[in-house]
Amino acid sequence: MTKTPIDAALAEELHRIAPDIEVADIDRTQDLREEFDIDSMDFLTLVTALGKRFDLDMPEADYPKMQSYDALLSYLCGKTA
Amino acid sequence: MSAFLMPSLGADMEAGTLVEQLMSPGDSVTRGDVIAAVETQKGVIEIEVFEDGVLEDWLVDPGTKVPVGTPLAMIRSASHSGADPDAPEPEAPQPHDPKPAPMPREDPAPHDPAPQGPGPEVPAPKGPFPEIPMPEDRARTEAQPNRPRQRISPAARRLAAQTGVDLNRLTPGAGKPITRSDIAAMAGDQPEAQSDMRAAIAAAMSRSKREIPHYYLSHSVDLTRAEAFISAENATRAPDDRLLLGALYLKALACAVKKVPEMNGTFEEGEFHQSKAVHVGLAIALRSGGLVAPALIDTDRQNLDDLMRSMRDLIARVRAGRYRARELSEGTITLTSLGERGVDQLYGVIYPPQVAIVGIGTPALRAWVEGTIVVPRLTATLTLAADHRVSDGRRGALFLSAIAKHLQAPETL
Repeated sequence: MTKTPIDAALAEELHRIAPDIEVADIDRTQDLREEFDIDSMDFLTLVTALGKRFDLDMPEADYPKMQSYDALLSYLCGKTA
Repeated sequence: MSAFLMPSLGADMEAGTLVEQLMSPGDSVTRGDVIAAVETQKGVIEIEVFEDGVLEDWLVDPGTKVPVGTPLAMIRSASHSGADPDAPEPEAPQPHDPKPAPMPREDPAPHDPAPQGPGPEVPAPKGPFPEIPMPEDRARTEAQPNRPRQRISPAARRLAAQTGVDLNRLTPGAGKPITRSDIAAMAGDQPEAQSDMRAAIAAAMSRSKREIPHYYLSHSVDLTRAEAFISAENATRAPDDRLLLGALYLKALACAVKKVPEMNGTFEEGEFHQSKAVHVGLAIALRSGGLVAPALIDTDRQNLDDLMRSMRDLIARVRAGRYRARELSEGTITLTSLGERGVDQLYGVIYPPQVAIVGIGTPALRAWVEGTIVVPRLTATLTLAADHRVSDGRRGALFLSAIAKHLQAPETL
């Protein structure tokens, strides 16, 4: 069960950027930026933070794999496995 | 000796609350040092000192709301540092002060021109100002000389200022920073921060619509090359160093201003003052509602990497409710971008006393005619709202075309 700590880390980083929105309240399969109301700068900040936290490149070419909360979570799980 | 005054941080500001003294009497200060934080309708602003010297004394206690122009502190200038400290003090307002002493406001109408210019023409204030404590009257407030600085979160400081909670009553306990909930507990009820922000926007935008004869233009721009340029650059960059289209917009705007300089400046006291410096105000939406447009100082002198860093820094501070004074008072033109998830175009309202605002709609793949064929291209709609007292549509059109041209040659930015 490697999902739990990564899930928690993702929720924590998102909370830093969008403190007014709870992960429990969003649709995890829908567009991440719309669900959390974050712009491209916020998204870059999120990617930067996650990249540092998990020591990942998080290349821009992979952004399409990070479009929803669930997609981003499985991307992180796959990369850190 | 000179007085450090409550600055005017925009035409809509009449008063501010000193919320934090970041330096103590006796500290050396250098031009540009942040010495205080002031709460305004827009949030907490870090205030810089304008000269080198030594902070002699604070004249206003934290938590006190005072009109623009009120002396907050006395600064002994570096050139006089050897002088007798008991020498008689000159009158408080100095030549570089932004505004003469505050007068009781008889006219509630908010149409006064912004008190921006350094005022050689400003008549010297006559006589003392009864409400303002001068150094002589200060003995009683100096009872707590080296009070250790409290660690307090920006949100808590803001709430304290709004609710009138006296930060001195808080015991700086065990190295633990004071949080918003500590203040809320002391204040008892929740304030309406949002209404302050809305009031500030309402004042500025009402003045804009009342005073500025706007004209509007729009132009479609092909961003395919700009996007490709960013992707190619970012492919080899760590997230920290990646570029966003926003940095290109800023740079293209700053370049275009050189060609059509009458878009860049302020209209005050009946005339246009063209600005040599280019400080592009960036409209930033706040999560709590409302928006601000703090300026990126010297936008034109920064390359794309510098601009990215400046934008990140500015946006992070704005989100934390923390600005610098210059950022709110020295914008020369505004850029507002709808980002990647917005709508096609926007019609900006000029932020007075500026004379132009450029809007960039959300880029999307659209049908574009190239030569004789229709191709899908990433395009966006640029819009301009400009002040007809200063320029005409023909110059405005030249300006928008120049921005578009620069965006189509991103490698030259």
